[in-house]
Amino acid sequence: MATTTTADVKLSALPPATGRAGMRGVLASEFTKLRSVRSTYWTIGALIIVGVGLAAAIGAGAASDLQHNPGDKAAFDATQTSLGGFFYLGQLIIAVLGAMAITSEYSTGMIRTSLTAMPRRGTVYASKLLVFTGVALVISLVTSFLAFFVGQAVLSGSGVSASLFHSTTVPMAAQVTPQGATLSGTFTVTTGAVLTAVVGIALFVTVAAVIAFGLGAIIRHTAGAIASAIGLLFVLPIIIQLLPNTWRWDVMRFFPDAAGRVLSSTVGPPNPHMWSAWPQFAVAAIWALVLVGIGAYLFRKRDA
Amino acid sequence: MIEVRGLTKRYGAKTAVDGLSFAIEPGKVTGFLGPNGAGKTTTMRCILGLDYPNEGTITVDGKTYHDLAFPMREMGALLDAKAVHGGRSAYSHLLCLAQTNGLPKKRVGEVLELVGLTEVTKKRSKGFSLGMSQRLGIAATMLGDPKMLMFDEPVNGLDPEGILWIRNLMKALASEGRTVFVSSHLMSEMENTADHLIVIGRGKLIADCTMKEFIARSSGTSVRVRTPSAGQLIAAIAAKGATASSDESGSIEVRGMSTEQIGDLAFSEGIRLHELTMVRASLEEAFMELTADSVEYRAEVPGGQHPSPANSDTAIGSGV
Repeated sequence: MATTTTADVKLSALPPATGRAGMRGVLASEFTKLRSVRSTYWTIGALIIVGVGLAAAIGAGAASDLQHNPGDKAAFDATQTSLGGFFYLGQLIIAVLGAMAITSEYSTGMIRTSLTAMPRRGTVYASKLLVFTGVALVISLVTSFLAFFVGQAVLSGSGVSASLFHSTTVPMAAQVTPQGATLSGTFTVTTGAVLTAVVGIALFVTVAAVIAFGLGAIIRHTAGAIASAIGLLFVLPIIIQLLPNTWRWDVMRFFPDAAGRVLSSTVGPPNPHMWSAWPQFAVAAIWALVLVGIGAYLFRKRDA
Repeated sequence: MIEVRGLTKRYGAKTAVDGLSFAIEPGKVTGFLGPNGAGKTTTMRCILGLDYPNEGTITVDGKTYHDLAFPMREMGALLDAKAVHGGRSAYSHLLCLAQTNGLPKKRVGEVLELVGLTEVTKKRSKGFSLGMSQRLGIAATMLGDPKMLMFDEPVNGLDPEGILWIRNLMKALASEGRTVFVSSHLMSEMENTADHLIVIGRGKLIADCTMKEFIARSSGTSVRVRTPSAGQLIAAIAAKGATASSDESGSIEVRGMSTEQIGDLAFSEGIRLHELTMVRASLEEAFMELTADSVEYRAEVPGGQHPSPANSDTAIGSGV
């Protein structure tokens, strides 16, 4: 054992305390917790690599396709092409971080140490949620912008890439003949639409992370929380896709992942079966709020 | 000062703690004894507000634990040394705890030095031995320079040097006027450390007294006798109204007579004695006897009169 016994160490006197331990200290504590475990860095690294890497890979594939099949340029959504990988897989990666932000306290037993140091559970829960959400939002924004810029750089030769600095146009129809494709119609992609997509997808991924956090607080078990988050965010939408065409849209728009689809779309008329971008985002946010609220209630009520 | 009044805690159909009341006073080490499953850890969890009691109230310096302004300055508690995130370094673990109570950062290095973990400050606690984890847990309790300290089985996993260290630490903390409340299954450890004892069995209070009173309350002293004429001596002792029983090794345990009385009796009966020894009840035996009684007579009023001494062999047998 690499320890020595020093029974006669003198501790310095503590400064006198005034007031009451509150949220400020707990916020600092929760940030220390998040930044002092390796899993945080692994997850963030994986998120950025997957988000940006997929934007590059899918972009390269699309660029090659557009070169050989110019007809595919019709209604080509360059922004969605860059963000798709990030929002489909990124939400799953960040869901792991969200669930573990709270379940790791239970799996290690740390929660008992944490609540002994700060027994006001509402303060602990709110601080944990705020710190995690803040970190998730920053990482998501960084990844979303990186994915967009890398993706557009790869698509830059295609003539249909998008930009955050000036509006671009995309042909809306193509007539393909053996001699080539005749493109017609023009859709203008505004910088506002692109910014909405890039920022909106970052917000959507953050909301997905908060959904996983809420499930973590309810289930208190890492594997169970991650599995249910993936089920809600990823598997359920696939199952809904299999429902009859006549009513599957009416179901889909009540699930969180619909926001990702609507928010990332910048080309063409809005999907008539879904609400528009921000109302659809509100649906996802309501899921997050409800789950986090149930989690908060249980966090306070249950024995630790 | 920790005050527990009428504490009852049930987990489903199982009652872990049943109407428990006691007060832990400052300036001494109070031992918390009971067999496994007696409800010691549950009681401590309820004191810290980790578990919510079904009935009863608990106050720490007159307040409920949730209402303490700076909990770490009032109470340092170590229930489970492994209740840490193993991926976090010793330093970061203590830092995140210190921050919750606004304690200065330099305090972290000091308590690490106090427990002798300076060399592994940056190491993840996953690789710590149980003894090192105990030291880390004790370091955490000292962060806030608390008035009260509570340890659940603190010597568990410590080497002899570590056991001596924590024993001295607890005594030193109590001598500074702090409240020290410590549970242990090592009776010998309590005998050397505790000034006062709370003994529970099956969630009920069995004894709340000083260490001296506790030993005196047990069946007390007996006399061990060895003789080639065991049958004759037992009969003679029985005729005097005392009790004698022999065990497998051939020695006789006598209760109710002093060594002088037995020696005189043997002389007058013409019995040769090979041994005549007074046996003081150790804390271990006293504890076994009392808790075994609590199992046998569960309807006894908690903390009430001392239950009648059971046969000591039976008591130890069922206690083990």
